Amino acid sequence: MSPVLFELLLRSIWETVLMTAASGLISLVFGLPLGLALIATERGGIAENIWVNRALGAVINGFRSVPFIILLVALIPVTRLIVGTSIGTWAAIVPLSIAATPYYARIAEVSLREVDHGLIEAARAMGGNRWTIIREVLVPEALPGIVAGFTVTLVTLIGASAMAGAIGAGGLGDLAIRYGYQRFETSVMVAVVIVLIILVCGIQWVGDRLVARLDRRG
Amino acid sequence: MIGAWLSGAGGPLLSGLLSHFRAVETGSEMNQHVTAELADPVNIAAGQDDVVRLVDLKRRFGATPALDGVLLTVKKGEILGIIGRSGAGKSTLIRCLNGLERPDSGDVFIEGREIGRLGERELQPLRRRIGMIFQHFNLLSAKTVEDNVALPLKIEGRPKAERLARAAELLDLVGLSEKAKAYPSSLSGGQKQRVGIARALAARPALLLSDEATSALDPETTRSILALLKDINRQLGLTILLITHEMEVIRSIADRVAVIDAGRIVEQGPVWSVFAEPHSEITRSLLGGIRPQLPAEIAGRLLPGAGAELILRIDVAGEAARGPLLSDLAVAVPGPFRLVHGGIDHVQQQPVGTLFVAVAGNDARHLAEVIAFLKAREARVEVLGHVAGSV
Repeated sequence: MSPVLFELLLRSIWETVLMTAASGLISLVFGLPLGLALIATERGGIAENIWVNRALGAVINGFRSVPFIILLVALIPVTRLIVGTSIGTWAAIVPLSIAATPYYARIAEVSLREVDHGLIEAARAMGGNRWTIIREVLVPEALPGIVAGFTVTLVTLIGASAMAGAIGAGGLGDLAIRYGYQRFETSVMVAVVIVLIILVCGIQWVGDRLVARLDRRG
Repeated sequence: MIGAWLSGAGGPLLSGLLSHFRAVETGSEMNQHVTAELADPVNIAAGQDDVVRLVDLKRRFGATPALDGVLLTVKKGEILGIIGRSGAGKSTLIRCLNGLERPDSGDVFIEGREIGRLGERELQPLRRRIGMIFQHFNLLSAKTVEDNVALPLKIEGRPKAERLARAAELLDLVGLSEKAKAYPSSLSGGQKQRVGIARALAARPALLLSDEATSALDPETTRSILALLKDINRQLGLTILLITHEMEVIRSIADRVAVIDAGRIVEQGPVWSVFAEPHSEITRSLLGGIRPQLPAEIAGRLLPGAGAELILRIDVAGEAARGPLLSDLAVAVPGPFRLVHGGIDHVQQQPVGTLFVAVAGNDARHLAEVIAFLKAREARVEVLGHVAGSV
């Protein structure tokens, strides 16, 4: 591999890591509260409100059913509004975050739902309010699942970021298509695949270690 | 059962005697075991001593009534046990006491204050006056033992140092000081319930609710948990209301028992009195497991008509059970009788006896004398039936 290509590979790794990390963080910040809102408003939840629950569910399903490549293009006006441009790595973070947030909200919802209802009842019996229940019961008890779900989301984001090349965001996927596939640079293709495998394994390893440390359910 | 054989074997003398004993069974809907201090719960003016007072509490789930007009009081410092089969409404009842469940109608007074219609926000400070322990412990797996115990104080907004000091104090009380930094998953069931009890006591409640707290524990652990609850009741003067489906729990620690069936309290009174003289069918059935029963192989051979021997059930309690009842019977009414099964139990320091006795089955006069003697000694006698051969 030539030094030029190698430098290109390094830049692509950075772009992929940036896109994944930034949109992952944003999906965590918005997705977890969304997941909590879904759990709280469902029937028998701590802030039962069926209509809010259905509306939230419909919006989440709507975003989740649009293929990412279409979302990427459809969200161009929104992206331009937020980051001022519709091309480049930062521009890709907007559609990636918007796609990952409802995805992560559903994963968080599943973990939160698994918290034993008896624990919520115990917190209520102690005189706890909704905020207490969220802070002391729901989130800490679901934390292993919340972290494991975040790991899954990050890995999914690495895959999705490959498509972000379509709006000039760069990244490893884009490099593999333009050099490895279209210009028959097999060494680039192999290098990209190896880097991706290392990235995914690394994220999964860190996630698993964290979950093992957090899980006290024995 | 008794009437059927009477027409065939007995005579008018016997039927007259026996109808007297049967009259006890057909009581009013609510069977109240009256004690010196216990009057009709409805007419008690908001007594200072009543930690809990329920008046005509009703709650239905769809078409089925879970609570159908419950009247109940719990006095300061007592342990009241509520027993019933699953689905009798006891879980709904205990959840009405801290507002986890809302009654459709009726009043829930806690320390004289009606809470049935309070909003969630107003209930929150009140719930801190009421500790609760659960069948499945409901400890937070992500918190250490001491943080679990301190949680009610955290909810109250107490400073951390105070919370931890109180948690240490309570863990010492329940004998788990060395587990303060452990996580609940490393504890045994009995230890988990001890943590549950410590947590329930953290905010110094006026009332402790126990929701089948020993149902998931083995018999030995159950005994130690019940002993702990009794200790706490004595040491702290804490009022305890517990629900259970096991008579053994009631017998070990309750002062009074209330029997719930189909959403109604069908019987209540001091434990020994209910054990000695259960009025309702459901109470008798719940007592079946721990009170002597006629052995099944004899019960299966009972005949309504004539037979060589007649089986009597004799229930005797209190003062009457302290005397030499059987030897006096042998002297007063000569003739053979055999003890088939039974014994004297002690409930709340009161002897409560149930004896199954076989007498000759072909002598109506002798039988009448036996029954008259026992009745004079304040025993209750029930003629169960004949058995053909010797048992």
